[in-house]
Amino acid sequence: MKKILSGNEAIALGFSDSGGVFASGYPGTPSTETLEALARIGDVYCEWATNEKVGLESAIGASIAGGRAMATMKHVGVNVAADALLTLAYTGVNAGLILMVADDPGMHSSQNEQDSRNYAKFAKIPMLDPSDSREAYDFVSAGLELSERFDTPVMLRTTTRISHAKGVVEPREKLPPRIREWVKDVPKYVMLPNYGQARHQELEKRLLRLREFAETTPLNREEAGGNDLGILTSGVSYQYVKEAYPGASILKLGLVHPLPEKKIREFAGKVKRLMIVEELDAIFEEQVRAMGVRVDIGKDRISLCGEVSADIVRAAAEEADAAKGAAPAADLPQRPPTLCPGCSHRGLFSILGKLKVFVSGDIGCYTLGALPPMSAMHSCICMGASISAAHGMAKVNEIAGGRGKPVAVIGDSTFFHSGMTGLLSMAYNGGSALVIIMDNRTTGMTGGQENPGSGRVLAGELSRQVDIIALVKALGVDHVEEISTYDLKETEAAIRKGLATPGPYVLVDKNPCVLRYRVKTIPVAVDPEKCSGCRACLKAACVALGLVSSGDKPKVMIDPDICNGCDVCSQLCKFDAMYKK
Amino acid sequence: MGVFNIVIAGVGGQGVLLASRVLAESALASGMDVKQNEVHGMAQRGGSVISFVRIGEDVRSPVVMPGTADLLISFEPLEALRYLHYLKPGGRLVYNKVPLNPSTVASGLATYPPDVEERIARSCPGSRGIEALSIARDAGNVKAVNMVMVGSVLPNLPLDPRVVEEVVKEISRGKGFDVNLKALAGGVAAAGA
Repeated sequence: MKKILSGNEAIALGFSDSGGVFASGYPGTPSTETLEALARIGDVYCEWATNEKVGLESAIGASIAGGRAMATMKHVGVNVAADALLTLAYTGVNAGLILMVADDPGMHSSQNEQDSRNYAKFAKIPMLDPSDSREAYDFVSAGLELSERFDTPVMLRTTTRISHAKGVVEPREKLPPRIREWVKDVPKYVMLPNYGQARHQELEKRLLRLREFAETTPLNREEAGGNDLGILTSGVSYQYVKEAYPGASILKLGLVHPLPEKKIREFAGKVKRLMIVEELDAIFEEQVRAMGVRVDIGKDRISLCGEVSADIVRAAAEEADAAKGAAPAADLPQRPPTLCPGCSHRGLFSILGKLKVFVSGDIGCYTLGALPPMSAMHSCICMGASISAAHGMAKVNEIAGGRGKPVAVIGDSTFFHSGMTGLLSMAYNGGSALVIIMDNRTTGMTGGQENPGSGRVLAGELSRQVDIIALVKALGVDHVEEISTYDLKETEAAIRKGLATPGPYVLVDKNPCVLRYRVKTIPVAVDPEKCSGCRACLKAACVALGLVSSGDKPKVMIDPDICNGCDVCSQLCKFDAMYKK
Repeated sequence: MGVFNIVIAGVGGQGVLLASRVLAESALASGMDVKQNEVHGMAQRGGSVISFVRIGEDVRSPVVMPGTADLLISFEPLEALRYLHYLKPGGRLVYNKVPLNPSTVASGLATYPPDVEERIARSCPGSRGIEALSIARDAGNVKAVNMVMVGSVLPNLPLDPRVVEEVVKEISRGKGFDVNLKALAGGVAAAGA
């Protein structure tokens, strides 16, 4: 029966229908829904790992033990897992192993737009690049077969427009899971230098065999059309090409590493102009040029940054400027994402902004604390960097002298992911930063996933809930206190004490995510007689607040349908104008 | 038929995704090809949200290009104005008249333009504003604005309204069944009024 599935859902179903046995990963937009969908399907064991490296390593173990395995992550997650990946390329697999990676061209919800195709080249392993949900589904079984046939991990790469776009999928017959024998093979799996040297030879031989395979596999197909323009493309770019030039000659790659050199040469020889349409890096183009094949239109006309579109393809082929069309309305107020009404992060950033400290931030909803009017976060690089970067800042400040203590802000899931190691290092090296762990018992920004602090696993069953305070103490920090950021006075006092005390100091807020746990409290109301229109409360940056005209000065009103009664705005009010009915 | 392009705009949390799903499932149930795409993740936190639903015999790109939408459904007036350029000449706009303050306005960094509806009417003469919030409230839940908006565009879709109703029933199985159907009917009535 036909179904409408997102690319992520299609990959989950594809894994379940292809005898998948084990899946692990770490949430990250746009990859997150893959494991969530697999958990909903319910017939394959799947879990949230504490980070991408752990997820991939667990999948490696599952493969060695003979179960078809998959690890899922976003593009930057592969950086974390790269240590495992680059050596996994040497060992190869037992049962089929797929690393599903979701790129985010255009950075809809990411800190960079790195192109994961580089990793396939770097690791010398095959990569599949589906162009819609149907192919996302099919490429899972193709990838597992490829993995087992060539004894190699396979990367299955999506982009946001594949992972999140929904299309029609017609599932095949379901394969039962088969578990292979669990064998000891020291030269294959123990990467001591002498064994590694032999495996490297194997890897290079395997890559040559894969190059041959690329020439004949139906994963790469030519669509014959006119001979004026020939387009080499893959992934969602193929759809943009079909939209712009339904009748063009196309060489559509499903296997994007290694490239089919003979096929590309033949194709290029048949057309007057060769165009390469690829999002982000010039990966195809550089390789095709290195083959000595002339590329007429490529990255000279299509940006290295952001997404491609049908209009961009058309403009590039016609060597004209992209169609302008109607212009968007100018001068509209922006509507950036913002902390939810009632969010526990709001009180914290109100105080951090007031104290004017340097805040070393991290990846999560709380990164929104960097936006005005709070403007209370001053660096955010990658998962877990808040604590280690604050440590470096504190050491330089110690040498420079006369500077204040930095503050690191990190969420629970990010702390488990890679903040813990930074804190251990800081305590070990006699560092001195104030670390605030916002433990809202969920991985919030990606939609509210479980983690070791939430007390449940991916499939929903109860699990052991880690005690963050005991954990922090065990890492070597003596000063650790619990606070509630809904109480601004208490929060300010605790932060001031933490800043004044030398050495590592940790504060933990344990208020739950109001969105994930559906926390609803009585809304706050404004007494218009008492409101002076001073706007102090607007610093809370809450969408429930607004100004209404009233006499000479607009006054504040609160929308009761939106307010979640957190009382941060009422604590910012100096005129006692806010009350609860 | 060619491809019928729908753009749904709104604010994170308003249920743009569910409305998109209803339209996409209805297209599938009608035997058509469909692609639906929205960007989620960070945008869900009260940010501006835009979703595409493309219906036809053979749909390729999951993205609607500016200047090509047959129908723009906006759950909020300012967002209607923001994405108005997605409409093709002669395309239709149906929007919810109830404004929601962006965080930039709520924190006093910007003001909500007082002439949003006038600007919409000037740029898109055939547009229609709906009091979706009060209709949703009457149906039993202020969160059913999305179903009101789906109801309000039923006459403009290349889909049988009964198919859409069946999909809404199927999707809201268990909870919100009555509310969603009432909201859908409320939207239909508002469109005809």
